[in-house]
Amino acid sequence: MKIWQRLICTCRRRSPWLFHMNSGSCNGCDIELVAALSPRFDAEQLGVRLEGSPRHADIMCVTGPVTRNAVSAIKTVYGQVCHPKAVVAIGSCPATTNVFIDSRTLAGPLEKHIPVDVFVPGCPPRPDAILQGVAKAAEILAERGMKPPDSATTPAVEEAQR
Amino acid sequence: MNLLTALARLLVFPGLLFAVPAAWFFLWVERKAVALMQERIGPPFMQPFFDFVKLLAKRTPPRQGIGGMLMRAWPLIAVSGAAGAVGLLPVLPSSGGFEGDLILLLALLELPSMCIIAAGFSSRSIFGEIGSAREAALSVSYNIVFLLAILSVAASQHTFRLETLAALPASPLRWLGIAAILVCLPAKLHINPFSLPNAEQEIYAGPMTEYAGPELAMWELAHGLEWVAGAGLVATLVAPHMAIGGLAAMLFIALSFVLVLLLSTLAAATARLAIDTTVRFYWRCTLIFALLAISSALFMRFRS
Ligand code: SF4
Repeated sequence: MKIWQRLICTCRRRSPWLFHMNSGSCNGCDIELVAALSPRFDAEQLGVRLEGSPRHADIMCVTGPVTRNAVSAIKTVYGQVCHPKAVVAIGSCPATTNVFIDSRTLAGPLEKHIPVDVFVPGCPPRPDAILQGVAKAAEILAERGMKPPDSATTPAVEEAQR
Repeated sequence: MNLLTALARLLVFPGLLFAVPAAWFFLWVERKAVALMQERIGPPFMQPFFDFVKLLAKRTPPRQGIGGMLMRAWPLIAVSGAAGAVGLLPVLPSSGGFEGDLILLLALLELPSMCIIAAGFSSRSIFGEIGSAREAALSVSYNIVFLLAILSVAASQHTFRLETLAALPASPLRWLGIAAILVCLPAKLHINPFSLPNAEQEIYAGPMTEYAGPELAMWELAHGLEWVAGAGLVATLVAPHMAIGGLAAMLFIALSFVLVLLLSTLAAATARLAIDTTVRFYWRCTLIFALLAISSALFMRFRS
């Protein structure tokens, strides 16, 4: 049993699939995330795959300062990522709302709505910093997978299922 | 073929015990070839295995009712169909078989794509439905060519028994048939330039959009097994007859590997075609060759 658990832990660490969610970003961070997957930085070496559907993903990457419109979408998508999951906030925007602070269209920062595991600061952060953040999140994810899903960290929107 | 050999072929070689690691290996080759073409290093060797175990250990969202049960069943049916197709391949000399096993192989090869169509519709996601509709259109267009090509191979050598077919020396007509099969394989495996059902920049993951966890792992495995079955079918048709089992197996693996490498390179070098272009390609350009092959096969059959 122990060996099986260790194997699963390793596999989770070595195969983080990402879902990219833009919550009103200026597109700077999004371009850097795409650059991290490009031949120069080659995130696939870490087993990273960018997935189109949140159901397939393990790590949710959020960029942008969280506009009011995006809040419900973020919660839905967070609920759609299956356990175990982790959240990476890319850029200064989701952490602090950055230059958009005090705007009345914002409902940020991100941590008010969903639990965040890793913050990657920068405006925008460099692709290698993003990769480091993803690797860190994969480690957190592997440890979290050992425990049953915690209802305190899972918002009530767990299943926006039809 | 008695029960014991049948079980050995299904479970050991070329069945599950060989086919599952081979499926992971081919999935890795597919991704690595794309990475090398883009001057990247690409995924580590064990990556498909890591992905598979990780997905197995993930939770699936709760699904109720008959739709939920169907959604769980489709990937399992797809895996068993593809695994059965691999088990039927006549890799080892005098490994048994029965008259008409070619037809069973064709049916089993078609099973995963049927399951994909059904899975997209039963997931009730709009992306799944679009993906399934595309898969259905694709399958109607390439299957005619594919079936005619295989029929021409079988008719030119007067047998529907895979083992006899593999043992006979290849005639020029058979090469024509093999070429037609090769043209259809990328569409059968949903890789570029015919990756329409799972076009991730257009419809996310297509029929697989709503799948998660172990079910998705089964879809990945089914895709890998389709690689083994598709490449293996061509490899058994191409390979010269070998009397020694070990040598035949090695040749089979080497030929399949070369085929997978070729098809993945093609996938990396091409972009996705639109659905109407794809359908037109199969109906206009390749159908004529398949018809030529089948008519000459039949003609030769009646002359002899
Ligand atoms: S952190 Fe900077 S680059 Fe990134 S979305 Fe915010 S303003 Fe744009």
